[in-house]
Amino acid sequence: MLWLLFFLVTAIHAELCQPGAANAFKVRLSIRTALGDKAYAWDTNEEYLFKAMVAFSMRKVPNREATEISHVLLCNVTQRVSFWFVVTDPSKNHTLPAVEVQTAIRMNKNRINGAFFLNDQTLEFLKIPSTLAPPMDPSVPIWIIIFGVIFCIVIVAITLLILSGIRQRRRKNKEPSEVDDAEDKCENMNTIENGIPCDPLDMKGGHMNDAFMTEDERLTPL
Amino acid sequence: MEKARPLWANPLQFVFACISYAVGLGNVWRFPYLCQMYGGGSFLVPYIIMLIVEGMPLLYLELAVGQRMRQGSIGAWRTISPYLSGVGVASVVVSFFLSMYYNVINAWAFWYLFHSFQDPLPWSVCPLNGNHTGYDEECEKASSTQYFWYRKTLNISPSLQENGGVQWEPALCLLLAWLVVYLCILRGTESTGKVVYFTASLPYCVLIIYLIRGLTLHGATNGLMYMFTPKMEQLANPKAWINAATQIFFSLGLGFGSLIAFASYNEPSSNCQKHAIIVSLINSFTSIFASIVTFSIYGFKATFNYENCLKKVSLLLTNTFDLEDGFLTASNLEQVKGYLASAYPSKYSEVFPHIKNCSLESELDTAVQGTGLAFIVYTEAIKNMEVSQLWSVLYFFMLLMLGIGSMLGNTAAILTPLTDSKIISSHLPKEAISGLVCLVNCAIGMVFTMEAGNYWFDIFNDYAATLSLLLIVLVETIAVCYVYGLRRFESDLKAMTGRAVSWYWKVMWAGVSPLLIVSLFVFYLSDYILTGTLKYQAWDASQGQLVTKDYPAYALAVIGLLVASSTMCIPLVALGTFVLHHLKRGDVASVA
Repeated sequence: MLWLLFFLVTAIHAELCQPGAANAFKVRLSIRTALGDKAYAWDTNEEYLFKAMVAFSMRKVPNREATEISHVLLCNVTQRVSFWFVVTDPSKNHTLPAVEVQTAIRMNKNRINGAFFLNDQTLEFLKIPSTLAPPMDPSVPIWIIIFGVIFCIVIVAITLLILSGIRQRRRKNKEPSEVDDAEDKCENMNTIENGIPCDPLDMKGGHMNDAFMTEDERLTPL
Repeated sequence: MEKARPLWANPLQFVFACISYAVGLGNVWRFPYLCQMYGGGSFLVPYIIMLIVEGMPLLYLELAVGQRMRQGSIGAWRTISPYLSGVGVASVVVSFFLSMYYNVINAWAFWYLFHSFQDPLPWSVCPLNGNHTGYDEECEKASSTQYFWYRKTLNISPSLQENGGVQWEPALCLLLAWLVVYLCILRGTESTGKVVYFTASLPYCVLIIYLIRGLTLHGATNGLMYMFTPKMEQLANPKAWINAATQIFFSLGLGFGSLIAFASYNEPSSNCQKHAIIVSLINSFTSIFASIVTFSIYGFKATFNYENCLKKVSLLLTNTFDLEDGFLTASNLEQVKGYLASAYPSKYSEVFPHIKNCSLESELDTAVQGTGLAFIVYTEAIKNMEVSQLWSVLYFFMLLMLGIGSMLGNTAAILTPLTDSKIISSHLPKEAISGLVCLVNCAIGMVFTMEAGNYWFDIFNDYAATLSLLLIVLVETIAVCYVYGLRRFESDLKAMTGRAVSWYWKVMWAGVSPLLIVSLFVFYLSDYILTGTLKYQAWDASQGQLVTKDYPAYALAVIGLLVASSTMCIPLVALGTFVLHHLKRGDVASVA
């Protein structure tokens, strides 16, 4: 009698969880790809943890707080590792609608990934697209900050160069006019002093006497 | 009192200026492409022959003319013959067109440089689509680097006709690029002379760093072996020789007037023959050096993509047949495929169309040149390197140095004739003239920041300088040898530098180089005529790839205008001078 019941239960279970059954989802794990040497073997304990995570996810859905681990059925485990699972209601006769399972898994995907040390690429629920993490979007794009800095440096450098150029030109314009003033003064003095010309030698401070200029040439150049 | 002509502070500045101008983006993104297309290692044979026969003599000629005449291009050619000052005007017009579109490349380099300070690099991941369930469709169809280039940088429109508006981000970068150029040319040779120390030497530092990094990358040797293996049969292909000649010609920047401008600031006694040989040798060496770096990067990228392709195929088979994860490797893939084909024929035939044939050769075969190489292929390789932000910053900094170095030469070609002219320089200080030139160029350059801007860029890149330059240099050579007189020029050089001109140069100037240029010119003309309507590559967002389209009529008109406006200067100015000369003689005759 007990054996009959057992067969009945497993038969019903078998019907509920089948590849391609209604409300059934296929799961694919790539443990070796994710963890390399630290990969763990997939055994019944891991399956138990998986069932626990799915039950936990379902419990977060309103009206499904009574989901137990035994309500989650796994079947067709391959060496890939891949398998199918369904979640049944407390009566164990019907499977929960796919939409509810989908929402529950999507909301808790991060926790499920974390429990197995996997990520969205290595723990796939086919037909349940994962919400991809949006890229970090700072309020001010970084490139504008760097652009602003370099822009300000260049503008400052240009202004400095232009200003120093203007200053140099002003200084050059002043010098020849100063030299001209001195010569004018000398000519004025010429006319003032009784017609005796101003000795220009005094202005220049020193005069080479040509007779001594040839000193250097007496010495034979090397 | 005549204001003394500004001079380079020392001859090294002049050499660095010429190197900085000649070594530009073409060495990095055109030469490796040509090397790959025309026989790898064997392309070096026509390249070096053309360098000796065409590059060095023409470079020496331009430097000698500038140094002797001590004026910008317009004044120099007017001194040689008043009827030929049109050559100078044509040079200035071509330089003007070049500086308009060339600085846009610097703007893009700035854009990528600023975006390199992020983790992860923005071109390494695709953005998410609207409801965050997957990646953006265009990005999936193309690759993330192509998406970043075509959508985020250019925001390119599907065709030339759809102009779109000016994009503010590239416009800002273009403004910054012009400000940087203005900063460098502001004080004339005083500022340019110091800047060229950096723009000439820093790219080599980066290239050396990249060489070391590139050679140690996984798969680099694949690229190097594939590209450099000589394919001797290409030597018989006339296109290889023509492209070698063209590359030498345009790589040295002959005919723009920049070399004449730089040389005009030289001491008359400096040894321009030595400088010409040094600059042309360094330019060619840099091309070869850059192509070693590029090929090792190609090899890395090709190997990476090949291994990715294998991984994808393994994943597909693992998932379809529920094999053990990690069972399929690159080595046993073929065996397992055979086994699966025989054991599960129906299932295998279902999945067979999706299995791509991964081939390292086909990955290596993708030859790219131009902006595609610099901004798509290189960024794809960089995103897979470790510490990719560092490599990205280094690379775009190098592109910037190369680009700004060339821009200094381009703007010098425009500014030197303007500052030489007494009319303009008496009214405006040289800072104001430089500022005006930069402003006008920047304003017109905004056309290239529109959505269809990249198509206009391609038009300018392909047609603004090519034919006109060939004509300009041809007229230059004929002018110096036959109008001015080769003997007179030779005695001028001897008086100026104190060295005689060897027979080799004379033979080249008078005979070989003009013949070469004429043959290049004939080839280009016949090529344009034979191809019929000109076509361009447009980006199709829905397919995620480039498609070929025909140019509309007004674009063809612009192309014609570009070529005509520079080439027509020569005969028009000659005619104008002739008419003026006769009018003056007529006046004198009537007065007498």
